[in-house]
Formats: sequence, structure tokens, C-alpha cells
Amino acid sequence: MSKIESGLYQLGRLDRLAAQDTPIHRLDPRAKVVTTLVFLVCVVSFGKYQVLPMLPFALFPIVLAGEGNLPLGYLARKLVVVAPFAVVVGVFNPFLDRAVMVQMFGFGLSGGWVSFASILIRFTLTTSAALVLIGTTSFNGVCMALERLGAPDVFATQLLFLYRYIFVLGEEAVSMTRARSLRSFGGRGMSLRVYALMMGHLLLRTYDRAHRVYLAMLSRGFDGQIRVMRRLNLGVRDVVFTLGWCAVFAVFRVYNVPLVLGQTITRAIS
Amino acid sequence: MSHHSIEVSELGFAYPDGPAVLDGVSFRITHGESVAVVGANGAGKSTLLMHLNGVLTPLSGTVRIGDVPVTRTTLPDIRKTVGMVFQDPDDQLFMPTVSEDVAFGPLNLGLPPEDVQARVRDALTQVGHLDLADRPPYRLSGGEKRAVAIATVLAMYPSILVMDEPSSSLDPRARRRVIELLRSFSHTKIIATHDLDLALDVCGRTIVLSSGTVIADGRTVDIFRDDVLLERSGLEQPMSMQSCPACGAVPATLP
Repeated sequence: MSKIESGLYQLGRLDRLAAQDTPIHRLDPRAKVVTTLVFLVCVVSFGKYQVLPMLPFALFPIVLAGEGNLPLGYLARKLVVVAPFAVVVGVFNPFLDRAVMVQMFGFGLSGGWVSFASILIRFTLTTSAALVLIGTTSFNGVCMALERLGAPDVFATQLLFLYRYIFVLGEEAVSMTRARSLRSFGGRGMSLRVYALMMGHLLLRTYDRAHRVYLAMLSRGFDGQIRVMRRLNLGVRDVVFTLGWCAVFAVFRVYNVPLVLGQTITRAIS
Repeated sequence: MSHHSIEVSELGFAYPDGPAVLDGVSFRITHGESVAVVGANGAGKSTLLMHLNGVLTPLSGTVRIGDVPVTRTTLPDIRKTVGMVFQDPDDQLFMPTVSEDVAFGPLNLGLPPEDVQARVRDALTQVGHLDLADRPPYRLSGGEKRAVAIATVLAMYPSILVMDEPSSSLDPRARRRVIELLRSFSHTKIIATHDLDLALDVCGRTIVLSSGTVIADGRTVDIFRDDVLLERSGLEQPMSMQSCPACGAVPATLP
């Protein structure tokens, strides 16, 4: 299987996971989107050198993944794939910021290392929350929720089409790559020049197809607005879910839970 | 009902900076007729079909659906009346799930959600694939995609069905199902195809296009018996009319 093919397959897997039927999957998409947004804002709002108070937030993606029957190994692999971006963002911090912040076991931990860790944790929390959201709600569910929450129509439509056409474009790319590798013996024909020509060709093919799709849409009365059958209804469970988690986030955000916990335990022992 | 008829007169069309694709095409199709449009590749079949619901605008001549001429202002009405099934189902299925795709047309007609749901169920039942309702279209097999693409058009309750190559790239059983399906429709049908057996099974009348002009128009059986005509338009007699390649038996005479 080529890289593109397995990529498509992986995307499809997230789709299949989202099609499961668990209490988390049954929640209204809007409830999950809003809760995740609050989660993201809370996590991102922490200071550059704060590490400890962020840790309790891991509870949210872990609980949801568990309840939503998402395999943690799969999520972890996805995280590792995207991790290099976060690493690149933070990797120079230890070199630039050498002021010692914490003394631990005789070592001086510089501010750079602390902020690097903070970036990595932030990345892990936000990305896994986004993955869990899509894995329990489906991409389309998220788009629909965004639209219902007041995001512009065009925005939701574009997202929807983007996702749908990743598969069309991907399949075209797969068949072109296969045709090329079948006829390029011992690496000949794999040159950059051929690659550039193929990219151009892929663009033209996609353009052609987009045109045909547009004609098909016009034929069914498309007038620039996508209408979707609305099957969303916000129930008590959804509200409880959202408010409950938001309350938890607020506590985590305001109190340094690990610190408070540690102090309480120390006091109890002494 | 008069809006079930199609009247094409002296239709001419050329793509920008190209030679004429259609040159003086005229015919009239009446209510309930089922007509095949056949011809070699590049004869202008698809271009002709695209004029029937106003996707293309004629350079010369006119197209009328019932009493209504196809013009810019009548397009919404025309597209409600004429349902078009495209050659490649992937072009037609763009919504995330099958049921949403089937609902796309009826929702654009401005129908209330309950009616839309009823139509979706109805259309999917007609093509025998209610079970696919919640599946994403890109995960279906070729035959399923084709059936769903037909359902997306049926859900708009068109009076006229226009189809481009409904049996292309299907396995024999899927093809047979599509043929049975087409036979079960009472709509006025116009079908462009290379599958002459399908034309013979589904369409009583055939129009032969060659280089953008109509070179024959008549009963399907008569046209397919005319070897010279078929040869001239790049076609071959349908298998069911040829003598058996294994035993040499001559097919039973058709009406």
C-alpha cells in the first residue's frame, strides 16, 4: 500500500470510529463542540512556565476516549505523527532561555526546559481533544454543530467539501502514483520533473472533476446554500455534560490541583 | 401532461474554439416514451443531454420541455422537471452520507423536513437500497453508487429522466439490476448509451447521432437490424440480436 493509500485508510478509520454507538457518540454534537472549545481555551490560557496545573486536564480526553470506545493506541499513534510540529516550535527554548528556574535533586532546571515541556503538554492535550471530538462526533457532525452554533454557512460548507474531496483527490492521486510506479523501472521515471508534471496533471484532473460536480449540483437545484436535514436536539443530558465538564475545567484552571493535593497529603502525614 | 415532452429543434452547439459538436439536431419525444441516444464516442451524445436541463445553452436552435423553452429564467422549473443522472456517480454524490445526498435536491426545492425524509426513503426503496442510507457514498461499490445516484434524482420527482451511460463500468448483475430498474420507471426517459442491449431492453425508440447530426430515428429493433447504418455510426448489433457464437443458433425474431 502506498503512503497516500494508507493515509486515506487511516482517515477512514476515524470515520468508522465516529459511527459507533456509545453514550458519548449519542450526545448532541453541539454539546461536544462547545465543551471542547472551553477545554481548548482553558489549556491555551496557561502561562508559559506552567506545567503542573495543566496535567489534570488530561482527564477529559482520556475519559471521553474510554467512554467513546476509541482505542488509545490509535490516538497515540496519531499524536506521534503530528508531534514533530510541536517539537520544532519548542525545541530551541532550552538554548535561548537558560535562566535556572527550579532546583531539583541538585540540578538546575532552566526556564527553557520548563516552557518546552509546557508546549509539549499543551500540544498533547489540545490535539488529543480534537481527535477525540472527531472520533466521537464525526467530521460532518462537527461541521453541522459549527453551523448551528452560528458559524457562517460558507465556512461549514467549505469544511464539509474539503473533507469529502480529500477522498476523491486521494483516489486520483493513488491511481496516478500506481500507474507511474508500474512503469518506472529501477527508479527511472521517479524524477522531480515527472513529479512536477504529475502534480500539474492532478490539479487539472481535480479542476475538471470539480466542474462536473458543480454541474451535478446545479442540476439538483443548488443555489449556493447547502441545506442539511436537521436532526439535532439538545437534551438535558447534553446540557449536563457541557456544564459539568465546564465546571471541572474551571476548577482545574483556577486551582493548581496537583499542588493543592500534594499540600493536603503532606499536611495529613505530618 | 404536457410538460413530460421534449422538443429539440435545429439545435447547434460548439465548445469555445472547437468545431461544431451538435449541428441542427431536431426531434420530439412525447409523454412516457423511452428513447435511446446512441452513437460513437464523440458523436455529441453527452453534449446533447446537457442541453436538456440547461447545463449548456444552445448556440442556435431551441429546446422546449413541455410548453416551456429552456432559457435562463426558466431554469429552476426545468431542473425540477428534468432529472439528470450523470455518467460518473462520483460526480453526483458529494454529501457525507447517502441519505443526505438523496435529500439534497428535495431540500433545495424548499420542502419541509418530514416530506424530504419521506422522499428519501421512497427513492432509496425504489432503487432497493434503503439499507445504505447512513453509509458514506465513497465507500459504496460501483453498482451501489449508480443506484444511489439514480435515487438522488428520483427524490426530486422529475417527470423526465435523462441518463448518461447508466450501465457503464458495472458488473453483469449490477447492470441487469439497473436495466430492471429503468424498465420499472414510468417517466419519460432519454438514455445515452453504448450498451445497445440495454437500449433494446429499455427503449422502444432509438436516435442515432453521428458527428453531431441525427442520422436515424425510429423503432429500436428496426435500427439495430440495419447493419449498414450501425457500421456507419461506429456501432455493432447488440449481442441478443447476433447469432450464438458457440452454437450458431439464430435468435428468435423480435417484434
